[in-house]
Amino acid sequence: MATKVHNSDGWLYDPILPDSDSWPIVKLTNHREEFLKELVELSIENIKESLGNNPANLKDELARTLYTERIRLTQTPWKADAPDEKEFWSQVKKDMVRINAGHENPNAFGHEDLIQRIVKRYAEEIAGVFDVKAYDFAKGFTTFMFARLLNASQDKGFSRFWGSRHNLHDKIHLIGEIDHVRALAEKGTVIIVPTHFSNLDSMLIGWAIQSIGLPPVLYGAGLNLFGIKIMAWFMNRLGAYKVDRRKKNTLYLETLKMYSELSLRKGCNGLFFPGGTRSRSGMLEKRVKLGLLGTALQAQRMNFIDDGEEAKKIFVIPVTINYNFVLEAQSLIDQHLKISGQEHYYVENDDFSTSSKMMRFIYKFFTASSEIAVRYGAPMDLFGNRVDEEGNSFDPHGNVVDIKKYFYSNGDITKDMQRDAEYTRMLGERIVKSFHAEAVAFCSQILAYAAFRIIKTRYNKMDLYGLMRLPSEDLVIKPKELMDVVDKVVTRLRQLNELGEIHVEKEILEGSLSSIIKKGLANLGIYHAKLPLMYNADGDFESQDIKILYFYHNRLEGYELHKFIR
Amino acid sequence: MSSTNSSDKVPVGVLGGGSFGSAIANLLAENQPVIMLTRSQDVADSINSTRINRGRTMHENVRATTDVQEVADQCKLIYPIIPSAGFRETIKTLAPFLTPEHILIHGTKGVDVRMADGEQLTAEFKLNPKKVNTMTEVIMQETIVRRVGCLAGPNLASEILEGQPAATVIASHFDEVIKIGQRTLRTPRFQVYGSHDLTGVEIAGVLKNVIALAAGALSGLGFGENAKALLISRGLVEMIHIGKHLGGDIVAVLGLAGVGDLIATCSSSKSRNFTVGYRLAKGETLTAILADMEEVAEGLNTLRISRAMANYLGIRVPLTETIYDVIFGEKTVEEGLDYLMKFPFYVDIDRSMFGGR
Repeated sequence: MATKVHNSDGWLYDPILPDSDSWPIVKLTNHREEFLKELVELSIENIKESLGNNPANLKDELARTLYTERIRLTQTPWKADAPDEKEFWSQVKKDMVRINAGHENPNAFGHEDLIQRIVKRYAEEIAGVFDVKAYDFAKGFTTFMFARLLNASQDKGFSRFWGSRHNLHDKIHLIGEIDHVRALAEKGTVIIVPTHFSNLDSMLIGWAIQSIGLPPVLYGAGLNLFGIKIMAWFMNRLGAYKVDRRKKNTLYLETLKMYSELSLRKGCNGLFFPGGTRSRSGMLEKRVKLGLLGTALQAQRMNFIDDGEEAKKIFVIPVTINYNFVLEAQSLIDQHLKISGQEHYYVENDDFSTSSKMMRFIYKFFTASSEIAVRYGAPMDLFGNRVDEEGNSFDPHGNVVDIKKYFYSNGDITKDMQRDAEYTRMLGERIVKSFHAEAVAFCSQILAYAAFRIIKTRYNKMDLYGLMRLPSEDLVIKPKELMDVVDKVVTRLRQLNELGEIHVEKEILEGSLSSIIKKGLANLGIYHAKLPLMYNADGDFESQDIKILYFYHNRLEGYELHKFIR
Repeated sequence: MSSTNSSDKVPVGVLGGGSFGSAIANLLAENQPVIMLTRSQDVADSINSTRINRGRTMHENVRATTDVQEVADQCKLIYPIIPSAGFRETIKTLAPFLTPEHILIHGTKGVDVRMADGEQLTAEFKLNPKKVNTMTEVIMQETIVRRVGCLAGPNLASEILEGQPAATVIASHFDEVIKIGQRTLRTPRFQVYGSHDLTGVEIAGVLKNVIALAAGALSGLGFGENAKALLISRGLVEMIHIGKHLGGDIVAVLGLAGVGDLIATCSSSKSRNFTVGYRLAKGETLTAILADMEEVAEGLNTLRISRAMANYLGIRVPLTETIYDVIFGEKTVEEGLDYLMKFPFYVDIDRSMFGGR
């Protein structure tokens, strides 16, 4: 990699907004009360609209909310739940009984009041706060931790933990259209949408966003994570908002969406993992979750209505996080196989549930000598059009496009939820496409791909689950055989790289076949107890764990490479 | 035809002055002014002065032009009704004038194939379905327009021009597009259905043209209703088989755009595709037939594409293969029929196609 220039703080790029008082996220916190008031008002408006402005529907939804919330309280209580949950919902129940019995004048103390109380409670739970001091501390702390851990990896073990300085940026490569992203962040609001493979992603992407000088972003984090003390401490101060996947009622979902929309309208940059949860199969995201993405479209429409020609544009930045290995690969692929194998019930394996487990995870991750590439992809507008550094959108022939008009019918901006949902679906497709084009292939993935394909072809009558049960003595591959297939995969990947349909690490582009295999073998799943591919005593290749091999192979699925290795 | 008071309404654009384009323009003209784009100035002038196009009277609300920018500037809703062969090029010339406000509803029953230099759709050519694009995909690739729809169904242009009762289906992912299509097209004698299955409807409309070629041939041989029913039902099975690989939904085949359109074209001497098959069976050569046809028969192009795709996918589509061999010269119509009657079909419907066993 090219030599990197660091600023005086040791960061690669100067901050875009050096004065933290000008950060939208800080402004939001400073005006939290007003913000919450607006949030509650607008959410209720949307809730009523989505229920057809029909009081009967509203009443039904309230009853359903109460019912499901009481079930949640007894069946899936979490540490992160507020201590007064039970009292709150008991009171709601009592009031509802009273109202429905008609003992009181419903206008004085009716459903309106109940909705207010519930939405307000949800809004307060969701909304985070931002603390500049904590942010600065965390920024320094993560860098310090990451850097120290990487030192240790260089020198093997704790003895040199406080030893020679080693730069983080040599290990975590930040590549892609960084200047473009910085320019857009100054012009408008950006939404970072990364791929999601590992529990480490959240922390890593936070660090990667700071590294390129962007002000902090607002992101949703699962409420369950707030049950881990150290995580809660950080996230509570770093602009995370809480997302509770257990709550599926309209009141909650509309409040959550409005929170996202409103903060984008106020100029806060956002971060969504559009794939939802981590990719269990190891494949790149094939489809994305549209709920939160859709709020960006609503925010953009409102920006145009409020500010006309001056309206800020919202840009989408696809980011791929590329690892040589994923520590949780074993449990992820097990879950994937169980789900796809029609065992619909599976237990979310919580390999991350306590602070000490998390620290052990991070330590393990970085002490393995492995590189990570975080690639900022080509930015786009919310309709998937290319944008330049000034924020202008372009059609496929290079003509400037006024995207405001996507919201037009008969010459005016109109609200059409079905239309917006379609635009969002199309944006999701563009993001998936971009993930494929912006992914960075590593030597380790080539090796996994080639080895798994050889085994698959050898037992071509067997289904996936049959393959997964093969003992390791059946998983031996002669060096010549592997080399031939790797050769073909490398040739095709170089072509695809040329066509801009994938990116490859430098070694793949410039290295010899044997150096690619050597590097791949050194990096493929190095931290797993059983190795996905290794040399055996006879000098052949052998897999100790075909499931893990399959997991890393999957990363190169979707590029039709198998057609080139026949 | 009586004119409604539509002069104050926003005009709608129609790209293409062929017979179907003219029929759609006339239908639209009953509800609002229409600006029709033709390729040649002579045709435009003659429509504007004589109100006659291809021997048919054009509605007084239709005005013809050759200025593509004028159409884009004046009309936010445009119906491209042009042959698939020139579709991409025409859309490219329109693209610079389009804004995100535009809505495009096309009426082209064909697909676009992106071939490498020197590649030809021969009987052996293997065509990756990924290189085959529907007209909607062409619009999405070449323009910034997102609100796209298509028009399909039993729409024999001549009958529509005569004002006979007919129906069409407008398919789009956007409710807005379906509604505006219905509002602009619906007349007392023209019913407009909506569908969200855009790709399915497009593909059903495309693939039925191949079967129409065969229907013409059967009719030319003088065969009756049993033979036609056999062809239509077996043809549907192959449409589903091929359509699935193009990303289509099977269900659309059951609708107006599939069965509906198939029955109309397979029974009518007014269909171009039917005519090609009919005249072949009567002993004419393909070259001679094409020489005196005014407009292209989309089915011929679709036939080449379907055949080449089946090669790539390794699927057996005996009907399509036979029609291909007959049309492009390797078999006579009688030989083709003979082959099909001897082909060992064991099952009527292969349930696995529908997800069953």
